[in-house]
Amino acid sequence: MSEQRKKVLEVKNVVMDFDVNGKGFFSKGHKLRALNDISFELYQGEALAVVGESGCGKSTICRTAMRFYKPTYGEILHEGKNIHKLKGEGLKYYRQKVQMIFQDPFSSLNPLHNIYYHLKRPLQLYHPCSKAEMKEKMDEYLTMVGLVPPEEQGNKNPHQLSGGQRQRAYLARILAVGAEVILADEPTSMLDVSIRLGVLNLMNRLKTEYGKSFLYITHDIATARYFADRIIVLYAGHMVEWGEVNEVVLHPRHPYTKLLLAAAPDPEREGEVELPVVRSQETEITMWTPESKGCPFANRCPHATSRCHEEMPSVHKVSENQFIRCFHTEKENANESRTKL
Amino acid sequence: MKKIWNSTPVRFLRSSPRLTIGICLVLVVLFMTLAAPLFTSYDPNFRSAGEYHSAPGGTHFLGTTQLGKDVWSQVLYGGQKSLMVGILAGALTIILSMFFGISSGYIGGAYDSIVSTLTNVLMVIPNIVLLLIVSSMVDGGVSPLVICLIIGLTSWPWNARVLRAQTMSIRNREFVYSAETLGESKIRILFVEIMPNMLSMITSAFVGTMIYAIMAHATLEFIGFGDPLSVTWGTMLYNAQNTGALQSGIWWEIIGPVMGLVMLGTGLTLINFSIDEISNPKLRAQRIMRDYYKAKKRQQRKVGKAV
Repeated sequence: MSEQRKKVLEVKNVVMDFDVNGKGFFSKGHKLRALNDISFELYQGEALAVVGESGCGKSTICRTAMRFYKPTYGEILHEGKNIHKLKGEGLKYYRQKVQMIFQDPFSSLNPLHNIYYHLKRPLQLYHPCSKAEMKEKMDEYLTMVGLVPPEEQGNKNPHQLSGGQRQRAYLARILAVGAEVILADEPTSMLDVSIRLGVLNLMNRLKTEYGKSFLYITHDIATARYFADRIIVLYAGHMVEWGEVNEVVLHPRHPYTKLLLAAAPDPEREGEVELPVVRSQETEITMWTPESKGCPFANRCPHATSRCHEEMPSVHKVSENQFIRCFHTEKENANESRTKL
Repeated sequence: MKKIWNSTPVRFLRSSPRLTIGICLVLVVLFMTLAAPLFTSYDPNFRSAGEYHSAPGGTHFLGTTQLGKDVWSQVLYGGQKSLMVGILAGALTIILSMFFGISSGYIGGAYDSIVSTLTNVLMVIPNIVLLLIVSSMVDGGVSPLVICLIIGLTSWPWNARVLRAQTMSIRNREFVYSAETLGESKIRILFVEIMPNMLSMITSAFVGTMIYAIMAHATLEFIGFGDPLSVTWGTMLYNAQNTGALQSGIWWEIIGPVMGLVMLGTGLTLINFSIDEISNPKLRAQRIMRDYYKAKKRQQRKVGKAV
């Protein structure tokens, strides 16, 4: 089905290394590999979720795509062009088409300017028009995101809006730019649970009605299932499992995905949960360096064998739309997941 | 009249007595000195023959100096120079500290290291000692303009450091990244997104430097590094000291410049406090709560009376 759809963003084997410098003058710095061999495509009108724990490189993907960092190896293509080689007009076009929502709605709007200013700038930069037209457009975008009456909301300063309203105002700004690809870096994680759904529904509407594509970065697997079409599970900068969101969430095959799902709080569950993880290593965050070898999850994995510590598993296709990077593809894992969910 | 009394700026002034007093003091000094010819008919350097150290009253409002110059007119005209030095030195300082502070905070990297080192080196040198050394190297006393240059060039590092730190903290806020992804130019990000967020800090730094410059100017001239022929509050005090005015009970030579300095210094300091209060919501909240309790007490009293 995805063959006919337009590919809007293509990430090809991206590797991102960061220099971690030693504090002292004589201590040697080392490299941290934040992303290792990340490849995926984003199609028009589709939402792709990226889930994983803190520090696994979710935001790094977003920031690399926004050109804050340049990948060490690999490339990110937008309409067939490498985005890190864009200049002048090409760069302006890319910025117009690809925009990002930030995690913290309390600091993504400048506290000194009102909402109208935040909508006016993208229009002035990308769609110059007369003042009356501009006002009309701004009101239209504000209505679209549900900030009504636009006249009143537009003249407010950010501190007069609630978190959810600010995130809506920010979405209106992105609409004003005319972006087609929206990189959403945990857009709902700083919001109240009661407001979260409103913002998600708004994004859903933008996706289905206006054909916007979303890269939805989150640590909340439940909202990912609610909003996204496909999902990527990230662990220590590696894609460990990816595919159709329902396949992955209902029949997880990688031990880490199972851990993630088991760790998600469930209101019906009582008492403490037994997590499927090696206890002693539970709190340790794997730091991946270019010299590391083996499966990144090996030291926390309950199924790990000596082979897992030595060799990076290759990609296995476990069903029509589901891939994992693990040696233990069959048997024991499959049964377990059935019983749990 | 009632409309003006209840308008927003007036209500604001009413709710903040500090600011009102400060503004009044500074306005009085500004008006008296800038409109000096309205208040006196004497030239500050005109020597009235035969009237040496004559007491206040009669033709001379504040009496005369040992040389027969009118003290009142000297106070008014001298204030002009002191004010000018304050404003110019403050402006020079704030421009330099803004340039170095904001640019090094925003650009970072090697540029930041170089500028920070320079700032720190300049900060280690004691300011007033540097002022003394530089002024002692100028022959025949330094003119107010040179003093203002010296003060401006030596007192920017402190403010530059404060602004650099503030820029660095704002620089990593998401609205700056957001402006970058939108494709705004660097200059626009600096001056429209970042700088207005520190406007209160810049203003208060400007007022603070102004106070410092006026005082430093008066101090330098009082201890004799100024040009003794120029008429300023500092040289007036210097001359009064040299002619032994206080010992012989000639208080009117001193009261003028001292009152001027005190009024200007107090007024500017009070204004600075209020800027602090406007930019720091915590202080503002304290004031609002104070008003709330006052209103509550008033209401209780009213209820008590009714009963």
